[in-house]
Amino acid sequence: MSTSQMLIAGFGGQGILFAGKFLAYKGLVEEKEVSWLPSYGPEMRGGTASCSVIISDEPVGSPIVSTPDVLVAMNLPSLDKYEATVAPGGKIFVDSTLIERKVNRTDVEVYYIPATKLASDNNMPTLANMIIAGKILSVTDGFSEDSVNAALKKVISAKRADMLETNLKAMQIGAEN
Amino acid sequence: MSDKVLMKGNEAIAEAAIIAGCRHYFGYPITPQTEIAAYMAKRMPKIGGTFLQAESEIAAINMVYGVASTGKRVMTSSSSPGISLKGEGLSYLAGADLPSLVINVQRGGPGLGGIQPSQSDYFQATKGAAHGDFRMIVLAPSSVQEMADMTVKGFELADKYRMTAMVLADGTMGQMMEPVSLDYKIGEPIEKPWATTGTKMERPHNIVNSLFLEPDELEKSNFARYDRYKTIEENECMYEEYMMDDAEICVTAFGIAARVSKNAINEARKQGIKVGLIRPITLWPFPKAPYIKATEKVKEIISVELSMGQMIEDVRLASECKVPVSLCNRVGGMIPSPEQVLDAIKNAAKGGNK
Repeated sequence: MSTSQMLIAGFGGQGILFAGKFLAYKGLVEEKEVSWLPSYGPEMRGGTASCSVIISDEPVGSPIVSTPDVLVAMNLPSLDKYEATVAPGGKIFVDSTLIERKVNRTDVEVYYIPATKLASDNNMPTLANMIIAGKILSVTDGFSEDSVNAALKKVISAKRADMLETNLKAMQIGAEN
Repeated sequence: MSDKVLMKGNEAIAEAAIIAGCRHYFGYPITPQTEIAAYMAKRMPKIGGTFLQAESEIAAINMVYGVASTGKRVMTSSSSPGISLKGEGLSYLAGADLPSLVINVQRGGPGLGGIQPSQSDYFQATKGAAHGDFRMIVLAPSSVQEMADMTVKGFELADKYRMTAMVLADGTMGQMMEPVSLDYKIGEPIEKPWATTGTKMERPHNIVNSLFLEPDELEKSNFARYDRYKTIEENECMYEEYMMDDAEICVTAFGIAARVSKNAINEARKQGIKVGLIRPITLWPFPKAPYIKATEKVKEIISVELSMGQMIEDVRLASECKVPVSLCNRVGGMIPSPEQVLDAIKNAAKGGNK
């Protein structure tokens, strides 16, 4: 059996919760057990927002991710706060446009993605989150366009269907970088 | 699996209530349950229902009393401090034998407390919501699916026994998303000949009231109510047992605490410790049977709670103190980690928690 425990963290407004929801839905369309738990409260307005996503072959016990095997840090406070919690051998994805420092841990795999810069260069300034999501998929379980599309359709409402294409493109950019 | 959607626990409650035929919702916003009101505000007007943001929690529960008097399915929701404000109304609903559904998505207390998850309203829900002799049926979901299931079940039980059913959740249950299937077969609503729906000049007036100035009448109404409670205790207890067959240590927890405990139990099993879980799903009526059965083979019961130890009192009563019962807890919005529960399990295996 395999269980993936992900913690996605950054500023409120970076699409942290949306990226988590997408990853959870991707698990769901692949018939995995999933849970998604946001931080809620004052820290959402200005400080660190985060969400715990668990994708597993078994029923999910606690939905709280305290020792992530995947950490996404989209701002410095998030990396400072959660770097030490990552499981040995885990993966850390860093938005290197916004975080200048390197990861100190030596027992984890680190991926530096200039996601915010890539997003603005490609005229999709709000999709740094999905660029990183694309990178996660390409590194963890392979980037399959079918299940990505199926999951995107679940998280993007019919009214915003024009956003499907852009999100997919953002994820491809992430996967290739 | 394909019919499942991801929903927040709060949204699942709201949608399940609508499916169960609830067309009247009254509430007042409070974190962490506001999504229930938001969902109702969006949906109710589209399906001919009523969403009303009351001027206060007290107003909302009294609007519930009004609709409940007409026999319609009605609900309100709040979080801990807001539920305290509803206390008077809950007692009146009980005194008038009215069915209603109340949701409490608990947060830390006492006082205004915090907004993070808690289970410290256990006493309030199961023993003392307000003045007078009365009970509420208390349902404790531990997944988003159960948030929806218990909402439907709550309406059914409330109607069946003419009393308030409460779904006692917590901040994590309300905020988390999980796959949920809302495929319910809702039966025809049961007859409510007592409802105040107009006599059409064809029957005597129905009176909904909780004032009985003659002591013998008031006593009679209390006795009748407690006869009904006895039936509920005999027939409506719900619980889940997990790996209890060969267990030598018993963990007991509800809601989010049960989820954390399962992680710890799975890990302890890997380490060769025979431990299981009793998860009450109804907190009132409290399921006594699995505890007395457990005392025949377990050497300790560990009650895992997000409170200073509230359910533990019922666990001691149910297990008749035949084995030691210890507490493993966090409070104030903190949640016990699986490691903390595992430590308590290991201590129990080694000779007992103090």
